[in-house]
Amino acid sequence: MSDGNPAKTTPYTVPIGPIHPALKEPVMFTFRMNGEQIEKADFAPGQTHRGIEWMGMRRNPIQIVHLTDRICGICGVSHSLAFARAVEQIMEIDVPERADYIRAIIAEFERIQSHLLWAGMAAHELGFDTLLHLTWRVREQAMDTIELLTGNRVNYGIIQIGGVRRDITPDQHPAIHECLDYYRDLQGKLLRIFLEDATIQMRCRDCGILTRDDALRLCTVGPTARASGVNMDVRVDFPYAAYGDLDIEPILPDRYLGETRGDVFDRIVVRLLEVEQSAGIIRQCLDVMPAGDILWETKIPKILAAFKKAHGEAVGRHEAPRGEVLHYVRMDGKEHPTAWKVKASSYSNLMSWIPMLEGEQIADIPIIVASIDPCLSCTDRVAVVRGGRRSIMTKEELHRLSVEKTRRLMR
Amino acid sequence: MKLTKSFNRSLWAFHFNSGSCNGCEIEIVAAITPRYDPERFGIKLVGSPRHADLLIVTGPVVKKMRDRLLRVYEQVPDPKVVMCVGVCGSSGGPFYDSYNLDGPVDDVIPVDVYVPGCPPRPEAIIYGVVRAQEKLERLEGERA
Repeated sequence: MSDGNPAKTTPYTVPIGPIHPALKEPVMFTFRMNGEQIEKADFAPGQTHRGIEWMGMRRNPIQIVHLTDRICGICGVSHSLAFARAVEQIMEIDVPERADYIRAIIAEFERIQSHLLWAGMAAHELGFDTLLHLTWRVREQAMDTIELLTGNRVNYGIIQIGGVRRDITPDQHPAIHECLDYYRDLQGKLLRIFLEDATIQMRCRDCGILTRDDALRLCTVGPTARASGVNMDVRVDFPYAAYGDLDIEPILPDRYLGETRGDVFDRIVVRLLEVEQSAGIIRQCLDVMPAGDILWETKIPKILAAFKKAHGEAVGRHEAPRGEVLHYVRMDGKEHPTAWKVKASSYSNLMSWIPMLEGEQIADIPIIVASIDPCLSCTDRVAVVRGGRRSIMTKEELHRLSVEKTRRLMR
Repeated sequence: MKLTKSFNRSLWAFHFNSGSCNGCEIEIVAAITPRYDPERFGIKLVGSPRHADLLIVTGPVVKKMRDRLLRVYEQVPDPKVVMCVGVCGSSGGPFYDSYNLDGPVDDVIPVDVYVPGCPPRPEAIIYGVVRAQEKLERLEGERA
């Protein structure tokens, strides 16, 4: 770290975390402050490292699929799908077409619930709790449909190597359409609240800017990159599952706003528009979904025997709600993989915190940190050892500062 | 549940994530939002353990979080009740053979209420809170 101007002011250090319920997850931030302004930002993840890859290399891929569900509770299907695709490529399995469509439908429902979850948390960080409760109430509709389709609200366990474990029956279609119609009717209202509300405009416009160059340099992915004007989406760039047959266009903020600034507001726009896009994709899937099998092989012992014949390595990619997840798997003719590496989407996005946070005010920390939709349980694959923690600024104080700033601006 | 007069205030909870996968976190937040709305009974999440009666712990307690869990536990004023949400905090669950765990939670701090499930449904979490409140009732009654 280089020193800025040491003459006039003494920069002081504000540690935040690792326990502050804003993120719902532990991460340790260290800010060097100059008055109210952040001069330098640093963070230390690694507080939720559970050694999942190590455990995975001692289990067989059928067991690992259920472990990948639990890499992250919010991206319940993303990691499983990326992992299953990697294994399927090694074993040269042809996944039944119907299973591909079901995978896409569940992945899109997950995107709907994840983006609404994020929108609620963002509103909470601004001190707009009414909106938190509104978005979380409308999110329940997606949760109900996910439960209907997979049998669980979180950690669905629907992916199996070579297909999916549950079919979508015709009598489930009315419930799915009801859910999609609900979001179609709601979209206008949500966009109006989020995009035209003066409070959100004041707090999010030109706050936490990530330029397009920085987004490319730091290899950000997903909505964070798209909000900075980077046209990328794994579903379009490298189609998998059923996405190749569907009509998808990456969502960029200038489509709605006419310009791209790369600020927190743009990230809100991208995510809200993606809710609508996901509903459209599910509709397309339901229309063109072919009949047929949902599994490449139904008998577990046969799949296990096939693992023992598998040799090779492959990469499975999926556009999770937070961006690209990437699973690298190597199989050497044993039941368990000899190598497994997970690159979660938040891992790529975390570094973008630093250019976003530097130069901003302390009261903007919660919303900027939340704006990339960080998911640390995904990220903490590798333990980063770094010591040092003293007085800890609680989330409550930070939240109070944020709420006060909103009030001040409203006056 | 039969409430006595001994616990004469709203129950406030502090949530501690000891390395969970987020599944329990989002179900806890889902449990406090309008569909279930326990805030009408005064049950809510607070930002500081010093304000809490109930400590909700999720996750299998990774090594880095052990000391922090102990510190947070000590900061919760007596009488306190600890609720462990999710199967990984109760037994290790899917992470049972990990090298980086100091858990399950009851190896680190005493646990009063276990809510099993991976993750438990919001209804189950609310039921766990009701059982925790019964225990608080009893603890408060014994002190009086």
